[in-house]
Amino acid sequence: MNKKKIYPTYFAAGALIIYFVLFFLPGIIGVGYSFTNWSAYSDELHFVGLENFKTVFSTDENYMKIIMNTLSFTVITTVLKNVIGLVLALLLTKSIKLLNFHRGIVFMPSVLSTLIIGMIFKSILDPKTGLLNTFFRAIGLDFLAQKWLVSTNLAFGSVMGVDIWRGVGYIMTILIAGILAISPEYYDAAAIDGAGAWQKFRYITLPLLMPTLATTTVLNVIYGLKVFDMVYALTNGGPGKDTTEVLYTAVFKRFGTGQYAVGTALSSVMFIIMIIIGIFMIRIMTKNEVVE
Amino acid sequence: MKNKRLIQTILRNIVAWLFSLICLIPLLLIAVNSLKDKKASAVMNLAPPTSIHLENFITVIEKGKLARSFINSLIYSAGSTILCVFLASLAAYVLSRNQTRLHKFMYMFLVLGITLPVNYVALTKVLQFLHLNNTAIGIILLYTAMQLPFMTFLIHGFVSKVPVELDEAAVIDGCGPIRLFVYIIIPLLKPAIATSAVLTFLNTWNEFVSPLYFLNRTEQWPMTLSVYNFFGMYYKDWNLVCADIFLTSLPVLIVYLIGQKYIVAGMTAGALKG
Repeated sequence: MNKKKIYPTYFAAGALIIYFVLFFLPGIIGVGYSFTNWSAYSDELHFVGLENFKTVFSTDENYMKIIMNTLSFTVITTVLKNVIGLVLALLLTKSIKLLNFHRGIVFMPSVLSTLIIGMIFKSILDPKTGLLNTFFRAIGLDFLAQKWLVSTNLAFGSVMGVDIWRGVGYIMTILIAGILAISPEYYDAAAIDGAGAWQKFRYITLPLLMPTLATTTVLNVIYGLKVFDMVYALTNGGPGKDTTEVLYTAVFKRFGTGQYAVGTALSSVMFIIMIIIGIFMIRIMTKNEVVE
Repeated sequence: MKNKRLIQTILRNIVAWLFSLICLIPLLLIAVNSLKDKKASAVMNLAPPTSIHLENFITVIEKGKLARSFINSLIYSAGSTILCVFLASLAAYVLSRNQTRLHKFMYMFLVLGITLPVNYVALTKVLQFLHLNNTAIGIILLYTAMQLPFMTFLIHGFVSKVPVELDEAAVIDGCGPIRLFVYIIIPLLKPAIATSAVLTFLNTWNEFVSPLYFLNRTEQWPMTLSVYNFFGMYYKDWNLVCADIFLTSLPVLIVYLIGQKYIVAGMTAGALKG
């Protein structure tokens, strides 16, 4: 059969054109613009070489802190979401009443708007009237009633905490699928050999779950580096100077103040990093497809 | 031994309830306080309302211009869902059936978008050039572009499971490429199409970054952005803010309750393959 005739390539044209023009092209153009002095204040565009990247990576400016913030947000939320998600997945694959109800409830925050979750937690974490501190005071643990989003020491941790609350159900759901895919025969055989619960987990569940954990890690890393909504809604980079600022909120602020060139340079740094991560990830995803 | 089992089971159930409560309480908080008056909602707690104030919802719909933003959200989400799912199925289909190097490259290129960040700053230039700034069409096309990579990936996995023999039989019976796609392939892809439609709808309903950058006029704002704006203006009236949050989240929760099966299937699709 003539494949060219039955499966015409122009079928893919619509998707490729829209994706290229509105998604990929801005990324490329953005790299170009990051070598200019593009801003809201002058109509003329001049080539300035690596000036913007010098700004981004210089120690005088705060960008290194912002980059470090983004990285620590990514690492910490990735680890904790994986660990808590795994505990939940192990728990919710055991015999428990209303199993599907629990799974559904824990997953629910993942479908809500992050912006709205941010607003809800702004109320819950309020130092005076917030539900969390009221709860701590009511049970006599007054020392735990902290200024969650207001103190410079706690703000970033609080933001990460809320993000973990939001995202852990999704990770759990993926891990449940992974656990259920493990053949029960392994466990039967281990039981005959006298293995306990911990040994079954250590020598069967964990090794066989590694590919799934790799996927959830990649998903979390992609999400963490691109995080915007949660930080924007909860602290918008504050309190104080850049305490919780991450790359995407910084880009948005440069956009707001008309510093387009620095904004696009920051975006371009991200773009290059993500292309590398992306190629790595696609290798994992499409390799699995072939095995299937 | 039996007692130990029993205690274990009870403990497990308690822990499961604990986690579920941690996930439920913030939502309960919103529901409860949306029914209170201003004074009672000032201390956001879980105490049941002493009197029910359903008029909060009417106030919010009027003051927050919720009808307008609801219609906006519906237009943006429905428009991009239809466009994205249609284009993604077409692309996934031909890029899966043709296995030349060029087709494989095109597929990889498209799927790379799952990880790539959007350069919003440079995107303004492109949108200005195409005269798509501040337009509904612009937002719909933008949402489509952002959702296409994952949805193509999702549907691609299903297409490869549809046997090629069916195509061959149809072609021998005189089917052209368009009829083959519409009458043979699409019906077989229904579960994949449903999954990606529900996911695209949810993702675009919750999206607010593109409107934040590209829609200047408030009357064009989707629900998520107008609820945030409302929060800024009425942050002292938590009863109203809660009512607004409640109404904005309601469509998402309804879609989740109805389409839970599809959502879970879609969101775990990439990982399940291992």
